[in-house]
Amino acid sequence: MRMRDSVTNVVIAGLGGQGVLKASDILADAAFRAGFDVKKAEVHGMSQRGGSVNSDVRFGARVFSPMVPFGEADYLVVLAPDQLENNRGCLKTGGVLIEPSMVDAGLLENKRSFNVAMIGRLSRHLDLPECCWHEALAANFPPALLDTNLKAFALGRGQTFSAGALP
Amino acid sequence: MTLPESSNGTRLLLSGNEALALAAKHAGVALGAGYPGTPSTEILENFARLGGRAQWSPNEKVALEVCIGAAFAGARALATMKHVGLNVAADPFFTVAYTGVTGALIVISADDPGMASSQNEQDNRRYAVAAGVPMLEPSDPQEAYDFFLQAVEISEKWRLPVLFRVTTRVCHSKGVVRPGPPVDGLKTPHFERDVRGRVMIPAYARPAHRRLRQKLAEIAAWNETAPLNHVHQAGRQLGIITSGVSYLHARDAAPEASVLKLGVTHPLPFELIRSFAAFVERCFVLEEGDPYLLEAIRAAGIAVEGKADMFRYGEFDVARVRRILAGDTTPEPARPPGKPPQLCDACSYRQVFGTLNKLRAIVAGDIGCYTLGALSPFEAMDTCVCMGASVGVGLGLRHVLPPEQARRVVSIIGDSTFVHSGISGLVEMVYNPPPTGHVLIILDNYTTAMTGHQEHPGTGRTLEHKPTGRVVFEELAQSLGVKHVHVVEPRLGSDEFEEILTHCLNSGELAVIIVRRPCILIAKQLKEYERLQAQAEQTNECVCETALPMS
Repeated sequence: MRMRDSVTNVVIAGLGGQGVLKASDILADAAFRAGFDVKKAEVHGMSQRGGSVNSDVRFGARVFSPMVPFGEADYLVVLAPDQLENNRGCLKTGGVLIEPSMVDAGLLENKRSFNVAMIGRLSRHLDLPECCWHEALAANFPPALLDTNLKAFALGRGQTFSAGALP
Repeated sequence: MTLPESSNGTRLLLSGNEALALAAKHAGVALGAGYPGTPSTEILENFARLGGRAQWSPNEKVALEVCIGAAFAGARALATMKHVGLNVAADPFFTVAYTGVTGALIVISADDPGMASSQNEQDNRRYAVAAGVPMLEPSDPQEAYDFFLQAVEISEKWRLPVLFRVTTRVCHSKGVVRPGPPVDGLKTPHFERDVRGRVMIPAYARPAHRRLRQKLAEIAAWNETAPLNHVHQAGRQLGIITSGVSYLHARDAAPEASVLKLGVTHPLPFELIRSFAAFVERCFVLEEGDPYLLEAIRAAGIAVEGKADMFRYGEFDVARVRRILAGDTTPEPARPPGKPPQLCDACSYRQVFGTLNKLRAIVAGDIGCYTLGALSPFEAMDTCVCMGASVGVGLGLRHVLPPEQARRVVSIIGDSTFVHSGISGLVEMVYNPPPTGHVLIILDNYTTAMTGHQEHPGTGRTLEHKPTGRVVFEELAQSLGVKHVHVVEPRLGSDEFEEILTHCLNSGELAVIIVRRPCILIAKQLKEYERLQAQAEQTNECVCETALPMS
């Protein structure tokens, strides 16, 4: 895989308890495993009591600031429909929005893996090898939960991925 | 997240807090103590996961004092806290600068510019100056790891505590870290008497203060060429002097600028700064929060520019840094507000705040999840100042308000906050009772919920969730002489809490009501801890029984 000079900026947004931070952990880990420099920013504490939660992931050949500049996100992943409007401004002109309606939550084995399905949906747009995603998922879930989350990821990723694409 | 302990040269993806934990382990820190507080909490949790000896203390002052003892004994010690925690620990912090230490003593202060989860955005760099303690500021997880090891060396070379200042965006940002090997050859702790060095009576403290200033002068000279400061040389048109996470924003916002990045920000390397400022046409000091660097550099007679006052508030990001450097003081675009946090739907505290609202109580509140009782729909909190303040503030209100208002005042505090600094308030309540009495409500959900469910002395479990001694609040209140002590479990459809509260408010006497029910978010874990504890006790009994005949 060719190293990009430019930095890819992703913002993941949702509500406390939806797994925003877990989703950003998986994305950051997958980019890390693909050999990129990665930075990830998040805020803990009070916001997690059901309030808005955001996490920024940036990857590329060299990343400085851990935060995605407002209005410069290449991708915005929104896990809760009511969190779209207050986060829309994160996205740059021509940036890609991944919103909840893009994944059929009814097909999930476990509703809690919606965050992972949304990351799977995002993965269609990112030039990260399949194996890196799988390793990242395996590193972020205990074995008992992995299978459900692999399925959720595949649901979001759809039929477009080519298994075994290595860097 | 599992961190490999022997990870020399491997490439890891770590948060700043995880990197600090790994550095502490690699540095051979013998004891880590702290009090949970966003954004510092995960340092000790990860240190424990790596096999380090870590503990939650009742508050930051005690944590630092325990660490001072360990460092006096020649061991390496780490105290962690959020910025406001250093206010609590300030008393020992100032004087341990005089006594100095034998083993390294690192005090991590995790500041929260922008107040993601804090009651103020104080800038703790001021503490380094006020106490006369060297200060290091990393900007990302790799530097958090590297600088920690350097801090340990500085601390032992000059026998001084080191203030290790991080911010939310250092603690809770992940980045790539390549750790080095663990250090070896640490000395075994042992006690050496040094009465003049460690007993700070005036006669010994006066020379100690002079020693401290001498050490700081030596560190300042060393810092002029220290490897922790570095210059990114680019154009000469613009030069930026910065530290911490602001450095990273600066590199993105002004790739054409030369940057002097300071790693040791107290005492400052003024000659290095002077020569950098002379190298560039325009020299700008870029710092979040207070104009600490700006004032110090200007006072040294070096001409530099600083940010407009409007940027003193909140944290930086790349866009703000662009505006700051451009001198753009037009109003910043407001980001649409997100959904505010709220008490969980099934939180048992909802009933408590509903009742307080209904009874039109004047509520002196405190710090924790339950501060959310101030928001709609409850709006049942009237004050929140700092950890433990609910008790004293409530008493003060009672002392001076007209009786018909005074009788409506209650103090409300969470279990962990009560242990942190509410106990001394309770002593005040017994010692200086208001004429109308007072009611203290302790919300006991068996955990430090807001920071992510850490243990505390009231849970009877250690940082690693293992059984230990337990402070029983009702017994403590009774032993202090509080006449009315009630324990109540808030249940849906039950009026018990309201009845007890009404009775206590009407009694005109001192009362403590402990509202006890586990946080719903940890109900499962609690059962698991209890199961493990029962199992351990059973095993112990078996061992004893089989051991008996042989004794």
